[in-house]
Amino acid sequence: MTEALYQRVLPVLTILVAIIALWYAGAVFLNASWERDQAERAGVEITFAEILPKTMQQERPVLPAPHQVAGEIWATTVDKKITSKRSLIYHGWITLSATLLGFAMGVGLGVALAVGIVHSRVMDLSVMPWVIASQTVPILAIAPMIIVVLYNVGVSGLIAKASISAYLSFFPVVVGMVKGLRSPDPMQLDLLRTYNTSAWQVFWKLRWPSALPYLFTSLKIAVAIALVGAIIGELPTGAQGGFGARMLNGSYYGQVLIIWSALIGAAICAGLMVGVIGFLQKLVLGRMGLAR
Amino acid sequence: MLKKVGVGTVIEASGLNLTFETDDGPVHALSDVDLAINEGDFVSFIGPSGCGKTTFLRVIADLEQPTGGSITVNGMTPEAARLQRTYGYVFQAAGLYPWRTIEKNIRLPLEIMGYTTADMAERTAAVLDLVGLSDFGRKYPWQLSGGMQQRASIARALAFDADLLLMDEPFGALDEIVRDHLNEQLLALWARTQKTVCFVTHSIPEAVYLSTRIVVMSPRPGRIIDVIDSPLPAERPLEIRDSPSFLEVASRVRQGLRAGHSYDD
Repeated sequence: MTEALYQRVLPVLTILVAIIALWYAGAVFLNASWERDQAERAGVEITFAEILPKTMQQERPVLPAPHQVAGEIWATTVDKKITSKRSLIYHGWITLSATLLGFAMGVGLGVALAVGIVHSRVMDLSVMPWVIASQTVPILAIAPMIIVVLYNVGVSGLIAKASISAYLSFFPVVVGMVKGLRSPDPMQLDLLRTYNTSAWQVFWKLRWPSALPYLFTSLKIAVAIALVGAIIGELPTGAQGGFGARMLNGSYYGQVLIIWSALIGAAICAGLMVGVIGFLQKLVLGRMGLAR
Repeated sequence: MLKKVGVGTVIEASGLNLTFETDDGPVHALSDVDLAINEGDFVSFIGPSGCGKTTFLRVIADLEQPTGGSITVNGMTPEAARLQRTYGYVFQAAGLYPWRTIEKNIRLPLEIMGYTTADMAERTAAVLDLVGLSDFGRKYPWQLSGGMQQRASIARALAFDADLLLMDEPFGALDEIVRDHLNEQLLALWARTQKTVCFVTHSIPEAVYLSTRIVVMSPRPGRIIDVIDSPLPAERPLEIRDSPSFLEVASRVRQGLRAGHSYDD
């Protein structure tokens, strides 16, 4: 137990402490000039020892100090009712629901395309180049157009945001699953041929289990970019809720703290979702005897 | 191409040709191969790489298509024989599924062929016993040594009702000591099951020790140089390899291999 603590928790904490230290240093460095300007305007001399504490508690800092962001997150989660429009949890759930729906759509589409590509030469030659091309378009440019087009066919809100998530997240699933479904070597396929195995059995007994380790790796990438997709989907419409809406509001009113707390909230959500998939991965592959 | 063959003949090839078209021109993997294999025979195919021994086995198994001549397996085309699941094939690597236990790996062909659950359990237990792995059914492949994995893959090929066993250098990747041990076990297995075995190898002692007939092959083009009916008795302890008749057969195999090679020089 203590060994596990040293091996897994300690390295993460070390990096966390380093990041926070750098963050504080950055806050002092970036916020100090405003304090100097203030002092100059008031015609007083100010020492570094006097500047230092002031940079930690500005109303509108260039870079808020970590404890300010932590305070803002605390105030908008623990100290707010979940139903409140100023609750980060309320906004988080709006984004998360679009993320999860889009992720499910993306994974479904990705797996279906991969199965088609592996089993049909025509699909391999015709669909694969478009799958790759779809991801070379900057998502920030295409997201507003998708939202507008969908709005005009009567789709808006959750589904519209989820489709941006799906657009981003199907790609790693297709690439990973094509690789995974093709991973059995020719000898394995020859062996099944000697048993006179149907294509359906080859898929379920060989290709699908062989592809699972690839699938989980793809899912981790897909869920993280699904969240990015949902946030981007909230920007063009000036949506009423969600992390994206919080960030937009924060930048309209110069409330840097709101932007940072939404950012951190989104990062925590992504981390949790990747963690859940990692747990499922361990569970499934462990039961299959693939994780040692 | 269905052709009646004599009772007791399992495989009959006549004028068999197979040419691979490659970027460097055609490669004659098999050239005018004539061979008949009888029921209950243990036939070894020996020769240097590229002599077509594996290709011939793959033609029997309908994994390669000949470009000329004719071949029958159990009186049928290889394709019909494959569709009726009349042979078990053991590859160079064990090729066990890492996500299945040994027991479940052996059940794989049975599941595909639609055996009942009770039948599967019975057959799995029987073949595990046959290859001496009864205590390892619930282990995963990575928990077993290479030799044990290969024994499991032989058990997998024996689990269903096929009278013909095709083995493509099954012990090629194993060390000499393990190989001796497995050769002994394979002979015992063959005596108990009465199957017809086609065995590809590039080891002269292995071929002579195991076989009732030895087919010596040579490359470019792949062809049969010599077919030797072994004078050795059915009962073969490992020490038989020091007997004069064993050495005599081994020497004839070696001569055949050398004669085949002289074409290249």
